Amino acid sequence: MKNQSISNNLDWISVIIYFILVVLGWLNIYSSSLSSIEGESSIFDVSQIYGKQFLFILFTIPIIFSVMAIDAKFYEKYAIIIFAISLLSLAGLFVAGKTIAGQRCWYAIGSFTLQPSEFAKAATALALAKYLSDVQVNLKDFNRQVQALMIIGLPVMLILPQPDPGSALIYSVFILVLYREGLPAWYIWTGFITILLFVLALILKPIVLILLSLMVIIFVYYRSRFVDRNWILSAIIFVLISGFVFSVDYVFHNVFKQHHRDRFNILLGKEVDMKGVGYNTNQSEIAIGSGGWFGKGYLEGTQTKGGFVPEQHTDYIFTTVGEEWGFLGSIFIIILFVSLFIRIIYLAERQKTKFSRVYGYCVAGILFIHFFVNIAMVIGIFPTIGVPLPFFSYGGSGLWGFTILLFIFLKMDANKVNEW
Amino acid sequence: MRKVLFPTVIFIATILIVARIFYLQIIDDSFKLASDNNAIKIKYDYPERGYIYDRYGKLLVANQPSYDIMVIPKDIKELDTTEFCSLLNITKEDFLKKIAKAKIYSPRLPSVFLPQLNKLEYAAFQEKQRKFQGFYIQKRSLRDYQVNYGANVFGFITQVNDNIIKKNKYYNSGDLIGKQGVEESYEEILRGIKGVKYIQKDKYNREIGSYKEGKYDTVAVQGKDIHLTIDAELQKYGEELMVNKRGGIVAIEPKTGEILALVTAPSYDPAILVGRQRSKNYTMLYNDSIAKPLYDRGLLAEYTPGSPFKILTGLVALQEGVIDENTTFFCRHGFSYAPGRFMKCHCHGGALQLHRGIYESCNTYFSSSYMATINKYKKPADGVDVWSNHLKSFGLGQFMGYDLPTGRKGKIPTSKTYKRMYPGWGWSSKTIVSNAIGQGEVLMTPIQLANMIATVSNKGYYYTPHIIKSIKGQMIDKKYRTKHVTTVDKKYFDPVISGLFDVYNFGTAHGLNVEGIDICGKTGTAENFAKINGKRVKLQDHSIFVAFAPKDNPKIAIAVFVENGYWGARWAGPITSLMIEKYIKRKITRKDLEKRMLEGSLQGEYNKYYAKPIIDTLIKKDIVVPEVIAADANKESKKEEEVTVPENKTE
Repeated sequence: MKNQSISNNLDWISVIIYFILVVLGWLNIYSSSLSSIEGESSIFDVSQIYGKQFLFILFTIPIIFSVMAIDAKFYEKYAIIIFAISLLSLAGLFVAGKTIAGQRCWYAIGSFTLQPSEFAKAATALALAKYLSDVQVNLKDFNRQVQALMIIGLPVMLILPQPDPGSALIYSVFILVLYREGLPAWYIWTGFITILLFVLALILKPIVLILLSLMVIIFVYYRSRFVDRNWILSAIIFVLISGFVFSVDYVFHNVFKQHHRDRFNILLGKEVDMKGVGYNTNQSEIAIGSGGWFGKGYLEGTQTKGGFVPEQHTDYIFTTVGEEWGFLGSIFIIILFVSLFIRIIYLAERQKTKFSRVYGYCVAGILFIHFFVNIAMVIGIFPTIGVPLPFFSYGGSGLWGFTILLFIFLKMDANKVNEW
Repeated sequence: MRKVLFPTVIFIATILIVARIFYLQIIDDSFKLASDNNAIKIKYDYPERGYIYDRYGKLLVANQPSYDIMVIPKDIKELDTTEFCSLLNITKEDFLKKIAKAKIYSPRLPSVFLPQLNKLEYAAFQEKQRKFQGFYIQKRSLRDYQVNYGANVFGFITQVNDNIIKKNKYYNSGDLIGKQGVEESYEEILRGIKGVKYIQKDKYNREIGSYKEGKYDTVAVQGKDIHLTIDAELQKYGEELMVNKRGGIVAIEPKTGEILALVTAPSYDPAILVGRQRSKNYTMLYNDSIAKPLYDRGLLAEYTPGSPFKILTGLVALQEGVIDENTTFFCRHGFSYAPGRFMKCHCHGGALQLHRGIYESCNTYFSSSYMATINKYKKPADGVDVWSNHLKSFGLGQFMGYDLPTGRKGKIPTSKTYKRMYPGWGWSSKTIVSNAIGQGEVLMTPIQLANMIATVSNKGYYYTPHIIKSIKGQMIDKKYRTKHVTTVDKKYFDPVISGLFDVYNFGTAHGLNVEGIDICGKTGTAENFAKINGKRVKLQDHSIFVAFAPKDNPKIAIAVFVENGYWGARWAGPITSLMIEKYIKRKITRKDLEKRMLEGSLQGEYNKYYAKPIIDTLIKKDIVVPEVIAADANKESKKEEEVTVPENKTE
């Protein structure tokens, strides 16, 4: 019998990366919030947000120990119940939620607030893993596909009206997990083409785009060796594309509110009002861009000190890294994140049960899409949307949500010696 | 295959992010700049400009405080334009125009909204300044001229233009810089170094303290005072003598090369280029393309030197050994230098030696000497080059290296000049004989003329003329303490000087003697032409005079140039003589001559060739040019003619 103690089987690489990211995040929060106050203050001062973040970090220790103490089978066994509780907590927001900045996504207990959507991601991952690990489930089957999408769709439907489009967007990453588990490729293709068409529809005139797609379809129809020459299908696809392109155009101009349009226009370079709607993106680009190779040095960022970047301690925390630590610092952080994702995927692939493999994929996927959307937004290649940078951004719910998400998987991984 | 998709997505996304960050941080510089504009405010502390004194320590140029209203367009908030405009006495259109201009320069950076307020305007504005967000006051120091002359010597200070800002990193928009005169050539010494303070701002544009604890801040360095070699009294007197005339006076102390006076006429009161009227006045001076008050004739005007050049012709001929003191040429009131070619001469004729040749300014004598010099060599080209090199040792045909920002090389022809002028043509000494008498291809500036006569007075050496006497705490440049020796030996100067001395006794300038001072001098009259309405018109000759005194221990060497002044002894001669008397005796005994020179005007002459009468731009406070002069031009000049000293024209 091998040594069964958790510390021997725990994947320390993931834990160390996690720990480095959390500490670096805290240091950057300190730098980004020091600016507005006179003089220097202790990083442990709990009246300030960096002091609070320190308390949040301290509190992850009992969380981690609890997660590790619970039997690995518990998560599989009670996945559906956890999911149900999570959905209830989301639904409860409509009754007892606290509205902050127009978003009703917090429960308030005294001065302390909790954001259930941060925990719902882990719960959804558990539910999806539980559903897919059922031997009956074959994703080639259309009904199964619908059921799997339902699991993802339920929390999304509860989160969207809060409104919290950022959190809702996160759930799209589960498609990648489903594909790994057998979802037909055309889902991915359709998704990819839809995104491509959407972006092109914003740039090109609808009629131009439709003519272009017609040319591509005809080309594929006659030249492709992989697709059967089905003219009816081709015609349907063309009609669908045309309809989509027109509706994007219509939705963009008639359904979207001005601030939605602006967020896209900034990326497309159409918007020039850098004092108004473009302010966030412009300021964060300036802050990062002024970092150069080596940055201005920790606590020396002029943009950071001047408080030019809004929401710098939460969604825009990466600007502090960019400005003060420069290109090399940014790359270091990116490498840490990517290493963690790859490590988790590697661990997921070596799981012995389908449940823990799917869950591992979900963990990697959730962390990755947060990372990508957040940084892409900060550097101006993605529309402004409120998504935190995992382990880095300020906030207790977020930090604990990601910690629970990650450590449940690490517990499963540590426990794999007991599976056979 | 299904395992590969997710890692691939991660890979592509990472590449995308890294590429974008690389672009933002490494490739595109604009963010760095934007960041600095965003977060760091620079405050300047302008030191006081150094004072300017004359050679005896008389204060000429001091400073007065001035206040510029600066604006940062993006900071303007809820402004009561009416109150603002009435406070500063500007119109609303003005206001909008100025704001628009400032915005074009930069919405974030400060630019000058209204320059050079006086103390009263400043006080009124300061009282209400807190009401006007986005505006603030920048204190600067402006020139306070203690004298109303010497504008060309001092130059002026002005706001830097965009070209300078681009070329020289020191200057920012709204900074002041010296232009022309010593303000330009000693700009860095006079101005000192401005202090810089970097201040960290927050997004509300509030100052939140010193940037990096003042690590990059610098302290202002005071400008240094300078003493000029100018004799203020002589300078003033020279300018007064040149009123209503055009031309220049350059006086040099031969033993040192110090410039005692540098006069150009017409000139202006330096004070008109200070304060809010500055740009209006400057435009007026700048646009006067005929009288050119901003053009320093003493340094820039290249004239044919005329007869004073004969001094050099004689010296070179002596050095080359083609003549000596006793060599005799015979003048038949002219000189037939080639078949059918005759050069007229105004001397008394007969057999002449060097001595009488000089004081009677005989064309025949010097043309013959010159031809002998050139013909000494087999090829005329070699002769010309030998002659040319001798002249260059007097500082001619090249930039002299003095410490004023403008100048001209003048022109001394070489064999190359003639090969270019007469390609494939057998030119000889005959062809170029007019060089002998300072016509031909020879051009000199008044300062070169003055330096030439100073060199003669020193018997063969000179110091590069300079205007700086001393800079507080440091030696003047070594090049002004280096002796330049001519290629003409000392012994050849004595006979020439004795001839120049008798110019005053028997020659072209007799009657201009100053009692008790032995002056050596030489008149000159130079033909000149101008293109008016496309036609080449011969204008009235220029009046030229060079002199030094006293003969045995020269203290002053001087060149006077009066444009269209008929002949040497008519205007330039008397002015020279008065200047010498003023410098050496410090007072004038010949009041009649002085009065005639002070009041005499050549405006009639200047207006003759132009359809409309032109009044020279003389904006001196105490000098008003009456309109009548233009109308009475002819009458005036006739009257003048009756009282001139009789003299011989050189050509």
